[in-house]
Formats: sequence, structure tokens, C-alpha cells
Amino acid sequence: MSKSKLAAMLAIASLVASPAVTAADAGGAIIAAQCNGCHGFEGASKGAAPALKGRPAPYLSQSMKDYKSGKTKGTIMNRIAKGYSDAELDNVAKYYSGLK
Amino acid sequence: MTMNRRGFIKAMGAAGAVSSLSLGGCSIAGFKPGGGHVVIIGGGAGGATCAKYLRHFDSSIKVTVVEPKTQFATCFMSNWVIGGIRDQNWITHGYADWSRKHGINVVHDTAVSIDPVAKVIKTKGGQSIKYDRCVVSPGVDFRYDTIEGYDEAVAETIPHAWHAGPQTALLRKQLEAMPDGGLFVLTAPPNPFRCPPGPYERASLVANYFKKHKPKSKVLILDAKDAFSKQGLFVAGWKEHYGYGTSNSMIEWRSKANDGMAQAIKAGSRTVVTQFGEVKADVLNVVPAQKAGSIAAIAGLTDASGWCPVDHLTWESKLHKGIHVIGDAAIQAPIPKSGYAANSEAKVCAAAIVALLNGNTPPTPSWVNTCYSLVTPTHGLSVAGVYNYVDGKVAEVKGAGGLTPMNGDYSTEAIYAESWYKNIIDDMFG
Repeated sequence: MSKSKLAAMLAIASLVASPAVTAADAGGAIIAAQCNGCHGFEGASKGAAPALKGRPAPYLSQSMKDYKSGKTKGTIMNRIAKGYSDAELDNVAKYYSGLK
Repeated sequence: MTMNRRGFIKAMGAAGAVSSLSLGGCSIAGFKPGGGHVVIIGGGAGGATCAKYLRHFDSSIKVTVVEPKTQFATCFMSNWVIGGIRDQNWITHGYADWSRKHGINVVHDTAVSIDPVAKVIKTKGGQSIKYDRCVVSPGVDFRYDTIEGYDEAVAETIPHAWHAGPQTALLRKQLEAMPDGGLFVLTAPPNPFRCPPGPYERASLVANYFKKHKPKSKVLILDAKDAFSKQGLFVAGWKEHYGYGTSNSMIEWRSKANDGMAQAIKAGSRTVVTQFGEVKADVLNVVPAQKAGSIAAIAGLTDASGWCPVDHLTWESKLHKGIHVIGDAAIQAPIPKSGYAANSEAKVCAAAIVALLNGNTPPTPSWVNTCYSLVTPTHGLSVAGVYNYVDGKVAEVKGAGGLTPMNGDYSTEAIYAESWYKNIIDDMFG
């Protein structure tokens, strides 16, 4: 079973399993699924939107936080990043960084 | 990385234990440990995404998609074909490779009934398909009773082109055949309807085609509304590119208050009748008022509004247990009826079904909508929304989302519009 599948399963499992340990990862997987529409399945972009799959978590996390704060001027990402807490953005970054 | 992996395995183990416990004290009807059969009606943006993510989340689940078409043309980006900047093949996608790759059973047939008690779907071709959970993703159908003289038969010559495919090709062909100096009339529907900025992008891209190839021609939008999606941005774009607001404008928009609402069609003369007048078109495109795709009403999933009330945690119907409704057919406000929304809801629904089939609690959902429109091939506009689950229903996350800023980076947005399409298609049909 691929790691992505495990991560996705985790999202479902953790809520009843051991939320103290895994709720953050679960939230990351659930939110990340929503990013795939623009960034491609598992974040492996086929277009101009940047690929997210397997990139380092600190880089992804900081990029999203910079969109959120406006430090990086983008187009749609400034508006989207504002929808999440820093912790949620960290979880999304961790999820994509774990994909091979 | 190692920690992640351990976490995943631990969670998997815990999930297994929970499933076993649930099984031990099993009181859930139809519960099948480690699997179950999910039947999805409709292989469009919602249905295809849901099928793929169900298999991705839990490969022990058997998934069947019931979809009459063997090739699916996306409604989103069909305006690019109508405006002549892409061809029909670009928006058309097959199921065969996808079905093999993900282990999804595709039945090319039309669902004609759903029995929520026996949990059986019947098809036009005479098949009976039993399900543990059913997902209905039928898109929209048209309220032909709202414009006198317009029906499915008339649509064969005066297209709505709001279901993509042959209708898209027909409208494109008519625009190509239209002599220079002609009038293209588009009647825009009342809310709620599929793809709120769609009529205005269509008007824009037809005007773009006229500007290059038939510069004496004009576009008239007759609207059943007094305001529309991305209006300020479209109007600014029309002023910049099409002379909007001048006596020589290539686009005219007539609001409902300004007698814009189509009341009847005289098909023989391509004439639209409004309350106080008539407009004769050279090419006429009637986009009627809409409702949930017909199987939703047949299966008793719609309320008086014509749309399907659902529990936003799972997208399970509020009218029939065990049947989920996603995409345009569902009551989803404040999320608009868009392809991205259907894709977003499909993932939330898939995660909930995996949890329910394993006897677990559905995870807390999160949704996104992103939607691009073109004013010209290099002038793009977007709207975005982030949504969470508050007080038992979907709610907009305040402070997030919104439109391309006025005088924003329209050319980069146009580049991202194409990227959006490539990636959402990869996410659904890849």
C-alpha cells in the first residue's frame, strides 16, 4: 500500500483511533485533497501551478504562510491561504512532503 | 519521514482494531468489514472524483459507476471550444484507461430508479445493481417549462450548450456559419444554476472570436437576473477589450429590470420574446433555468426547490438514508455550483463513506472552490472560496477567498486557468 493511501486512511482512522497522536496528520490529508484540484492528483502538477509532491515540509509550509501574510504576492493563493491556521498549513506541508 | 511512517502504521493498526470492535458489536445494517459496494450514478466531475478517491482511500471498497456516455465532455472550459480557442477533443475524456488503472467498474447505462430500502439501482438496459452506499452525481437538468416554446427537441437546433458534448459542437458550428454582421443572443438563467460566471465568459469568448473574424457582429446577453458573478471584473474587461458601454460595443448586457428576461422562444425565426419586446437572433443560445439531474427527482431526493437537501458532513441525502448526493444537484450554498465544488464535495463524501463502511465516524470536512473565467485568451479572472463545517453545515471561512483584485494580474490568471484545467482533469480522470 502506498504511503499516500496510508495517509488518506489515516485521515479516516485517526478520529476514532488515537487523535492525540494523529489528528494533525489526518487534518493535513483531508485539507490537501482539496488542493489537488489545482495542483494535480497528489500534488503532482501537470500545469503551471507548482508541484507539491515530495517537496520539503519547511519550504511548503513557509511558502503557504508567506502567501497568507501577503509577503509573497501571488494570484489566487493569497486568497486561499488565508482560509487556514498556521497549524493546518504545517499539516498540509507535512502531508505533501511525505509523498513519493 | 520515519516518524510519519510509524504514525501511519500505528493509525492503520488502530483502525483495524476499531473495525474489529465495531464488527464484534455490529448493529449497522449492511455493514461489511473491509469493503462494501459503492455505486455512483454519473461519471462527471463529482462522480468520477468520488470513484477515484474511494478507491484511493480504501482499495477494499468495490466501486461501480453508472454512466451512459463512453466519452465525457466537461462543461467547464467548453466556452473555450465555443469561442474557438480549443477544440472539442481537449475537453473530452474517456473512461477505459481510468477504469483499469483504478479498478473501477464502469457500466455504460442509464440509472432509471433507486430503491433505498432494497438498496438496488435499476438501469434502462435492464440491470439491477445492489449497493451498500449509493452516490448520486447527476449534474443539472433544465426547467423547460420556464421558457415557452423551448424544449429538448428545440434544443437540437437552438442549443443550450450547458451540457457539454454535441451541444457544444453545435453552437460552435452555428457561430462559424454565421455571416459577419450577425447577432448572437445568449439568454442567461436565473439563480441558482451551474457555473455562475459561465454565461459571461461565453459572451466574452464569442466576442473575442467576432473581434478577430467577424468584427461587425455583436453579442447580446438577455438576463433573468439583475446582477451576476464576477460582474465588476467582467464589465471592466469588456470595456478594455470590446468597447462595452459605447455605442459601438461588441457586447450588450440587458438585465431583468431592463426587460432582459426571456419569456418565450419562436424557434422558427430564432426570436426571443421578453415582456415588452422581441429580439431576433442570427445565432441563439438559450440557457434555461435549472434543477437537479432527473434521476434525483425520480429517486425522491429533491425537495420543492428542485435540488437535493443533504447533510454536509457526509453529503448523505436528508430524504433517503444510504444515498449521497454531490455536485450541482445538491443544495450546497454558500458553495457555488461549479466543477471544482463537485470535485471538492466528492472527496469529502468519499472520506465519509470510507469511515461509515468501516464503522467509524466521518472526519471533519473542509472544502475549496476555485473557478477561472476568460475575458480574452490572455485575460483571466478567478474566484476562490474556502469552506468549513460550522453548526452542522458548510460555511465560508471569513477573511479568505474572493475575487481577482480589480487591475490584478489578469495575464497570469489566464495561464493558471489552463493549468487549473489540466490539473483538475488529472485529479478526476487521471
